Order: sequence, then C-alpha cells, then structure tokens
Amino acid sequence: MTWIFAAMAVWSLLGLAPLAARSARRAGDFGIAVTLLGAALAAVPVVLTLAGRPPAAFSHPWAVPYGSLAFALDGLSAFFMVPLLLLTSLGAIFGWKYWQHEDGPIGPTWLFYNLLIASMVAVLCARNGVLFLVAWETMALVSFFLVTSHAGDVEVRKAGWIYLIATHLGSVFLLPMFVTLGQAGTSLDFDHLAAPGTLAPATAAIVFVLAVLGFGSKAGFLPMHVWLPEAHPAAPSPVSAVMSGVMIKLGIYGILRVLLLLGAPAAWWGWLLVGIGLASGVFGVLMALAQHDLKRLLAYSSVENIGIIAMGIGVGIIGLASGQTLVAILGFAGALWHVVNHALFKGLLFLGAGAIQHATGTRQLDRLGGLLKTMPRTGVAVLVGSAAISGLPPLNGFASEFAIFLGALVGATTPSRSGLAGLLVVAAGLALIGGLATACFAKAFGVVFLGVPRSDAVEGAHDPGAAMLWPLGILAGTCALLGLGAPLLLPALLPAISLLTGLPAAMASAQLHFLWRSLIAVEATILILAILFFALYAVRSRWLAARPVSRAVTWDCGFGGATARMQYSSAAFAMPLISAFSAVVASHGEVTGLSALFPREGSWSGHSGDIFKAALSRGFGALQRILRRFRRLQNGNLQVYVLYIALTMLVLLVWKLGI
Amino acid sequence: MPIALLHFALALVLSPMLLSLTHRTKAFFAGRQGAPWLQPYFELGRLLRKGAVFSTTTSWVFQVAPALGLAAAMAALTLLPFAGHRAIIAFPGDLLLFSGLLALWRFAAILAALDTGSSLEGMGASREAALSALGEPALILALGAIARQTGQLSLSGMLPALTVQTWNQAWPVLALLLVTLALVYLAENGRVPFDDPTTHLELTMIHEVMILDSSGPDLAFIEYAAALKLWILGALMAAILAPVSPLPEAPALLLALAGMAGVAIATGVTESVMARSRLNRLPKVLGTASILVAVALLLIQR
Repeated sequence: MTWIFAAMAVWSLLGLAPLAARSARRAGDFGIAVTLLGAALAAVPVVLTLAGRPPAAFSHPWAVPYGSLAFALDGLSAFFMVPLLLLTSLGAIFGWKYWQHEDGPIGPTWLFYNLLIASMVAVLCARNGVLFLVAWETMALVSFFLVTSHAGDVEVRKAGWIYLIATHLGSVFLLPMFVTLGQAGTSLDFDHLAAPGTLAPATAAIVFVLAVLGFGSKAGFLPMHVWLPEAHPAAPSPVSAVMSGVMIKLGIYGILRVLLLLGAPAAWWGWLLVGIGLASGVFGVLMALAQHDLKRLLAYSSVENIGIIAMGIGVGIIGLASGQTLVAILGFAGALWHVVNHALFKGLLFLGAGAIQHATGTRQLDRLGGLLKTMPRTGVAVLVGSAAISGLPPLNGFASEFAIFLGALVGATTPSRSGLAGLLVVAAGLALIGGLATACFAKAFGVVFLGVPRSDAVEGAHDPGAAMLWPLGILAGTCALLGLGAPLLLPALLPAISLLTGLPAAMASAQLHFLWRSLIAVEATILILAILFFALYAVRSRWLAARPVSRAVTWDCGFGGATARMQYSSAAFAMPLISAFSAVVASHGEVTGLSALFPREGSWSGHSGDIFKAALSRGFGALQRILRRFRRLQNGNLQVYVLYIALTMLVLLVWKLGI
Repeated sequence: MPIALLHFALALVLSPMLLSLTHRTKAFFAGRQGAPWLQPYFELGRLLRKGAVFSTTTSWVFQVAPALGLAAAMAALTLLPFAGHRAIIAFPGDLLLFSGLLALWRFAAILAALDTGSSLEGMGASREAALSALGEPALILALGAIARQTGQLSLSGMLPALTVQTWNQAWPVLALLLVTLALVYLAENGRVPFDDPTTHLELTMIHEVMILDSSGPDLAFIEYAAALKLWILGALMAAILAPVSPLPEAPALLLALAGMAGVAIATGVTESVMARSRLNRLPKVLGTASILVAVALLLIQR
C-alpha cells in the first residue's frame, strides 16, 4: 500500500504546485509531471496484484467513528486501476498542450485534475464505509469543478448544477446502504460488515437495490443518465475522456464491490441488471444516433456501453445464482473487459473530439466534413475508435461483447435450465445495440471526416501537435492490440473473476480456458480476413497501376450544381432509424420559410429531446412546489439560524438525557 | 477439412449462379427469354478487366472499402457449414463473429458511400444502416433459437443437427424461423420487397445507389461480395429447408445445392409476384421478423 499512499500524496500535495506557477505553460509542466509521477508509483502494486500477488491491505485506527482507516488493493480494485492510470496519464499528456490555449488560469484545472485521480484511487482502495463515502464525495465535488472549468458560459453552469444534483441524489442511496450493511456487522469496515451470505434475503435485496440506485446514477443507468449528456459536453475534452472513460466506471465498481460484500446473489438481481442494461443500451445508442453535437453523441454512447456492462454483470449474477459457473465467468469476464475497452475507445473518441474542436472551433457535426484530408492522423485514430465502439471485429469492442454473448448463449442452451433461455434476450440485445452503434458511428465518422467540408469552420484545420496526437495513437493502438491479442489478456482478468465468482483461481482459470479457445478461433478467422484483404487489395492495386485511372466529380445525375450543403447531413442519415423508434426518441423538426408556391429560402431545425429528462424535470417541478412552503424557514437571517442550532441542541439534550 | 475446403470453393464458384437463377425465374414469369446463364460471370470478368474512375471527393477509405468488404464476406464463408458438414472454422459462439463480419462489410460499404459526398449515396447508406441494424437482432435471435433447439453452440454444430426428425417434432418452430431468415435474407441482399435491384431511379434505391461512384475492379469486388452474401444467407435457409443430416456425402451435397437453388428460385418468384414496399414500412417488417422468432422461442419452451 505504500506505493499507493505515495502516489496519492504526490497527486494531492504536489498537485498544488501548478497553482504557484507563473505561466500557463509552467502550470502545465508541473501538472503533467505530478500526474505521471503518481501514475508510475501507483502502477507498481497494480501490476504485482494482477500478476497474482496476494492483496495488500492497510488498517489504522482513526478518530472517525464506526471503524478504522482501512485501505486495500485486491484483484478487483487493481483491475479497475489499469484503465484509470492509463487514461488519466494519456489525458494529461493531451491536456498539457490542449490547456495551454485556454484563456484564464489553468493552475486550478490541473489541481482538480490530479485531485480527481487521487480521489478515484481512494474510492477503489477504501475499505471502510465512511472513508469510501468521503472519497466518493470528493470525487464528485472535484469533478464538478472540472466540469465547470468554463463557468463563464451559462450552459456550462447549468450542466454543472445538473451534474451536482444528480451525483448527490445518488449519494442519498449510498448512505442508507452502508448503514444497513453496518447494522448487521460490527463496524463500517468492509471486513466487519455483515459477513457475505448472512443477511436476510429481504435485507440483502434492499442493499442491492440501494446500490443499483446509488451507484447506477453515477454509472449512468437509465433513467439516472440525464446528467451525462449535459456534463460531458460542458467539460474540457481531457476531463470528458476521464469522466466518461473511468469515473462512471466507478459506479460499476461499486456495484461489484457490494456484490462481494453481499455474497450469494439472487437470480432476480441479475435479471434486473439485464433489464436495466438492455434499456440503457438501446435507449443510449438511439439518443446518440439522434445527436448533432459530437460530444453529446459520445456522452449518450457512454450510456449505451454502461448498459452493455450491466448486461454482462447481469449474466454473471444469473450464472452464479443458477450454479452455472461457466455462464457466470463469461458474464463477469465480458463486463470487466468491456470496462477497460470502453475506457480506451471512449477516451480516444473524446480526445479526438477535442482535437476536432481545437482545429475547427465547432462540435456540430453538420458544420464539419472532409476532415480526413486535412487531419489524416486524427482521422485514422478516430476511425479505429469508431469501429471498436461499434463492436466490429477485429477490434477490442468485439472481444468483450463476444464474451458476454457467449455467456448468454451457453446459459440459453443449457438443457436442464429452461428459465435461462431468457438469456437470448441478451444476445439479441447485443446484436440490436451493435447494429445501431454501427449506424451511429458510421454516421459520426462519415459526416465529420468524409465527403467535403460543410462550412468554412473546416478551412485551415490540421492535425494537432505531437503531444495531442500521441495519446490518440496510443489509445488506437491499444484498441487494436486488445482486439487482436484478446486471448493473451485473459490472465489479467483472473484475480477479479476468482473474487467475483468465489472460485479458486485454478478452477476459474480452467473455465476461462473455454473462452480462450473460442478467442483463439476468432483470431484465426481474423488472420484469414487479414490475409484475404491484403491479397485482394494488392491484386486490385496492381491491376489499376497498369490501367487508365482517372478522377471525376461525384455522380450528381448530371445536375452540375451540387454544393457541399447538399450532402447527406447527420440528421438525414439518422432519420429512418429515429422515425422507426419515434416512441422512445422525441424528435421533431421544424420547417420555416417554405410558404409560397415558389419559395426562395427556407430553413429546417431539428431537435431530439430526452423523454426521461422531461419526465424528471416535471417531477422536480412538483417537488419544488411542495418544498416552497418551507422556504420561510430559510430567511437568510443569521440570528435565526443560531436560534435553530440552539433549539436543535436543546431537543437533542432532552431526548438523549431523558430530562 | 478437405470437404469443408471443397464447399468453400463451391460457394466461391457457384454464388453468381444464384443471381442467374433468380434472373431466369423472373424472366420466365415475365415471358422473356432472359440473359445467358453465365451472364453474372461475364459481367464480373468485364469489370475486372477495366480501369477505374474515382471521384475527386474520395479518400483512401473509398479505395480500401471494396477489398475489405469482399474479404469480410469470404471470411464469413469460412464459418458457414454446408451440406451437413462442418465449416473450415467452427467454435462456440461463432455466430456472433459471423454476424460481426457481415457488420464489418456493411460498415465499410457505408463509409465508402459517405466518402463520395453525394446526397444520393448518403441516402443509400442511411437506409442500409437502418435496415441492417434491425435485421441483425432478428438474425442473431433466429440462430440463437436454433442453438436452443439443438443444444449446440456453433453454426457447424447447430445447422447440421437439424434433421427431418426436427421438422416432425417442431415444425411450427422451424417454419417461423424460416420466415424470419427469409425476411433477413431479402432485406440484407436488397431484394423485393425491401429494395428493387432493377430500379432505375436513384431516389428509390438502397444497395445500388451506394455504389454509384464505384467502377472497375472495385465494383467487381462489390458485386461479387453481394453474390457471396446471397450464398451465405441463403445457406442458412437451405439448412433448415433441406436438412441433409443422415444422408451420405454425395446425396447430401446434391440436396443442399438443390436447397440453394430452391431459395434462389423462390426469390425470383417473390420478385415476380410482389411489388416493393414503401420505405418507411420496412422497419416494421423487420421488427416483425424479430417478433416471429420470439414466438418460435416460446414454442420451444413449451
């Protein structure tokens, strides 16, 4: 644990250094040095733990009631640390140059960035309820300040408040959850909570539901996802990458941790997660498809991927509850793996969106186009990310979805357990989500990078400098590597999986071998695909080299007056699917100016609202009307507040001492 | 393995023949004589011998996509069992890779269409994306239902496990699955009622409009990949329609080929007796396909 403490000290104490820096450039130098130094320190125990070292633990009495200052690093924590350290480091390298062009001081941004890393590591290592909640709240507050970096913008402030409220609503459920667990045990230390499996089924169910609500609001489960599409676009790109790639995954971590604390799960917990996952996945990707703002699109796609992860955990729980360990292992393996994969490709895409915004000054899809010619390297990286997030072979997104799919298929074909046939829902859900994601990211990449520029924003765009390009390249390379080298990476999943399934490592490893064999066969097919592709491409290029090849305009039916604005827009591309799903995506367009028989100018504006956001804001409106009556108590008069304090203490004294 | 390779080669050689068979059927219904049997091969040969014209708008994506699409279709073919015999590659869960490779083919085709910056090709790409996003779950669900029925985890396990016996025991299930697969087959291959391959108006096309700017060997690759896709999805239907399981090698192969011919002729008959449907009705038709499988699954559960 010493390494982790050293890293946390670096991030939080040395993290103050950028505040003292004179220039933006110097602040960036300090900031990135702190991030990378801390990450290097923390990486040591993470690698050791994943390699099979027994978990490290630290416990010390402290003045805070209900337990001790307890930290530990086990297989599950270490596994989540991998994407955390990787993505925050790459985000810092990207931000190093990205933030230099900001107006206003960037010292605080760097401080909060490093504090965010420290608090996320603290969440992963905390082994005491109070400590966990403190770290959790620190993470929420620090990220709130990062989201509101551009607080001068009214939209950003609004997004910040939505985020703050959403995250605190989540915490409301976590407090009673820990209290319920602690009441059955001796203290709030995770080791002294109710022993796994000893809680009454009803109590365990309450704890689980509270965990799903509390952690789910951070992860972005439907319908608590509404903050994501607000906060992610508002935050600077490196922060969006870290929040979407890593921070929301801590909600997933929380659910898994609570599962460990609870012991043997009930089957309906799994079905609940499968249902939530399916709803989040389909709704998330449909809303992503409907967006015109690149970062909002990416934010909704995070809801989709969280849904896929939830389905994987659901499959795992169902497998555990029905005694099908292979199903459980495949489900958990796919879910954990997708956590890493989503961190990689979503981090890549958010940083790519940052590079695009940096180069063109806009995130509106319909103002972009043809960027592949002016930003070729960014384009290749974003193309890899788009294919990976669509779950296409041979990239990493396919590998993790394959594991979840295989788990569902194995469960559904188990002859004796007919109830598990319902797992085919997961298989079909993954296919639907995959198809919609392919449409969504083909649209995003196609509209931004292909065709011709739709506005003059694209003029003079160019690839960013090396410091911003390298993180994109590394992330794209890792996406490809984790797809092609998928079988080699299974051992890294083993410590976490053996914890989650309660199987000894040797047994879990033997079961994982089943997945390993399938993945080897996948890679063999990919090899055939690669050989065929290169052969076909070489033959065709050779033929064309010896033949007349000419260039002409794109076929326009002989019209001759085609303009860039006549290209298919993002709204037009998405229209058939959006109108097919009009029941869940409230999309409406407005045409103005086309009135007379020969109209000259017209305009169309489209908007896709989030039905859940509308419903929630109606709910909040009603709540506000009720609570308005209590406003009289909050009159802003200091003397009255002191009176409240005195009265409260008096009541407590009377109650406690029984006077 | 040698037999699997033979089947692979047969698919590569015979798949354009399916097109010919469909054309001839349509010609018969229309009272025409029809093109020569080898016409699709002549056309592929003609395109392969040509040079090419590329749009000035296009980038490397447009050049790479046709070869990638054809490679993906051929790789999917290595996973496809035929005539009751296992495929070149078979493993638990290979159906997802199978559908993933078809998705990769489609992703490449959509990007190539968007690369031209043409509104017509964008339109085709959008329609293709919409139809296939809805067709994919129907396909996976149908294959999953076969997996559930036969207790097998790979395509090479589940399709040969269907026998005449299965028809006797569970004919309503198989019939429903056949209808679903037929809808997916027609949609994915751009046939009537989803798309009319012989239409002459760009505004109404799906598949044909995506390749307006392709020419020469690239166009040949695209057309050939489309023929392979007819074979690939047709073989899934043929495996249900004509289960060959207990037969010895040679008669099994003949029966399977007859099944493929049956699918091609049925396509021609469908195109001759039906008009294409309105575009905005198509998502509902494909949604129905998924619901039919759901019904089939309930029947299996019974």
